[in-house]
Amino acid sequence: MDAGTLALLLSLLRLTTPLCIAAMGELVAERAGVLNIGIEGMMLVGALVAFAVGVSTGSGLLAVLGGISAGAALAALFAAFVLWRGADPIVCGAALNLFALGATGTFYRVLFPPELGHATAPQPGALVFVVLTGLLVLGVGLFLARTRLGLALRAVGERADAAHAQGVRVLRIRWAATLFGGACAGLAGATLVLWIADTFVEGMTSGRGFIALALVLFGGYRPLRIVAGALLFGAASALQFRLQARGLEIPYGLLLMTPYLLTLAVLALFASRVRPPADLARPFRPRV
Amino acid sequence: MLAPLGAIGIALVALGLLLLLLGADPLRALGALMGGAFGDRNALENTLLRMCPLLLVGLGVALAFRCGVWNIGGEGQLYLGALAASALATRVLPDAPALLLLPLVVLGGALAGALWGGIAAALRVGRGVSEVLSTILLNFVALLLVAYAVHGPLQEASGAYPQSDLFPLAAQLGLLPGTGRVHSGLVLALLLPAALWFGLFRTAAGLRLRAVGLAPEAARYAGIRPERELVRVLLISGGLAGLAGALEVSGVTGRLFENLSSGYGFTAIAVALLARLHPLGVLPAAAFFAALSTGSGAMQRVAAVPAVTVQLLEALVILISASFALPRRTD
Repeated sequence: MDAGTLALLLSLLRLTTPLCIAAMGELVAERAGVLNIGIEGMMLVGALVAFAVGVSTGSGLLAVLGGISAGAALAALFAAFVLWRGADPIVCGAALNLFALGATGTFYRVLFPPELGHATAPQPGALVFVVLTGLLVLGVGLFLARTRLGLALRAVGERADAAHAQGVRVLRIRWAATLFGGACAGLAGATLVLWIADTFVEGMTSGRGFIALALVLFGGYRPLRIVAGALLFGAASALQFRLQARGLEIPYGLLLMTPYLLTLAVLALFASRVRPPADLARPFRPRV
Repeated sequence: MLAPLGAIGIALVALGLLLLLLGADPLRALGALMGGAFGDRNALENTLLRMCPLLLVGLGVALAFRCGVWNIGGEGQLYLGALAASALATRVLPDAPALLLLPLVVLGGALAGALWGGIAAALRVGRGVSEVLSTILLNFVALLLVAYAVHGPLQEASGAYPQSDLFPLAAQLGLLPGTGRVHSGLVLALLLPAALWFGLFRTAAGLRLRAVGLAPEAARYAGIRPERELVRVLLISGGLAGLAGALEVSGVTGRLFENLSSGYGFTAIAVALLARLHPLGVLPAAAFFAALSTGSGAMQRVAAVPAVTVQLLEALVILISASFALPRRTD
């Protein structure tokens, strides 16, 4: 493999890995019937906490754990409003994104004032994250398709009432799925800081959470198809950077729109062919 | 009436606790915030200026949410309105007759915002794409379009900064008599809540819109076509945001640049929810968030609390309003 191909492959992995991680978390949440559009914010908070922990301890492992717990903590806030109070998930997800922007902006400026100089996070290496992503996909796939709990989770997403009648603890499963989704988003954010870039930048997720949401739909709620979609997406973006380096005539400013336009195009082509979980985004109130 | 005040109260207490955590004196910070929002004439005019876009976009969000349409794209629609208004004022029509120029610029901005909302509507009705994702993605595209425009085709003639040329005088909104900076577009913005209240609660079109929001399938049995209402409300909602963008460039900044909006499109969601999606309630809610946004600058200077901290407050108000103060939807 020559250096050019290797570079292209690496850039493909950098573009794909965070999307895959976040999408796996969202997949589990949505299969349980929880639509969480706040994963963008959870990624952002995960990125900042991973950065702060990484800078202060110098440990990549602690940084990753910090990112994961931060994402899960924000997901708990989301679940408290959506599952416990029965508030609208879309409104709350949008609010959580706003919350994450405000929180990361505030704490980044307080923790890392400009006079402190440029800080960099530890870099555990690409291999760690690629292997971790592979295990995550495998785990989620096997869990959903081959375990009793995975079956119960899918039942909760399709027919919460029926699952409840079967004795499945609907809200408990939804809580767990939401927390798992938040943890994955936090891990995806940590990946941004500990691999893709070595520092934190305000708003650095730049829509990756929303693209991951679209990928879940594009992949038809199946783990392997979501990975394939993410790879396709990453390949298109990597190719775009390549073309740009070759001095293509399209202005740079317009090329930056590619990921968003690509996502819109993919949604326009595939959204109507996919059947989401029947009870997605519907509140569940047990009869007592 | 009590629920929105409760939401504000809880959010303020949470903000106070956060300020304590950050090592700032909450009372001093809140005092600075109040002073920055209302302290003197200049502060008051700033608050009024910020209220204008929040009112317009907030009204649009309230209408869309009432219809069960999740338009999260106010920010992008506002930017597209500002972009179109600037293109018209500085490139396409700068030599148009003075009397026509301003109306054309403002109308062009509103139409561009409506177009941006219309794309999301077309994707939803034609291709089954949820408007939640499409409006969010279109926000990114709109911001990048503006960035491209001010670095490229619309950049000022001198090429010094990434911003458009200053609008010709005929394309700038006049000031309200007796004020130093407040543009006349605010009058229009202040009249709209009453007009939209009438439209929403006293006309057949408004009833159709609300019916679709409350129970789309029941509305369909009653002969209403939910798709048509969705398209209509996204056009209106986008148009209001586009109007806000056009007023911002022609009444406040006089030119287009990046970061023009300071998140009005997202704050507007908080405005609409705090108003319990009622057009008249948008008026005090917009005033509240405008004061918060103006005061946050002073809070940053005096109490060394980053201005973005108020976004936390906005998010909390949305969360609390959504779970306690919103009329429940019957599915």
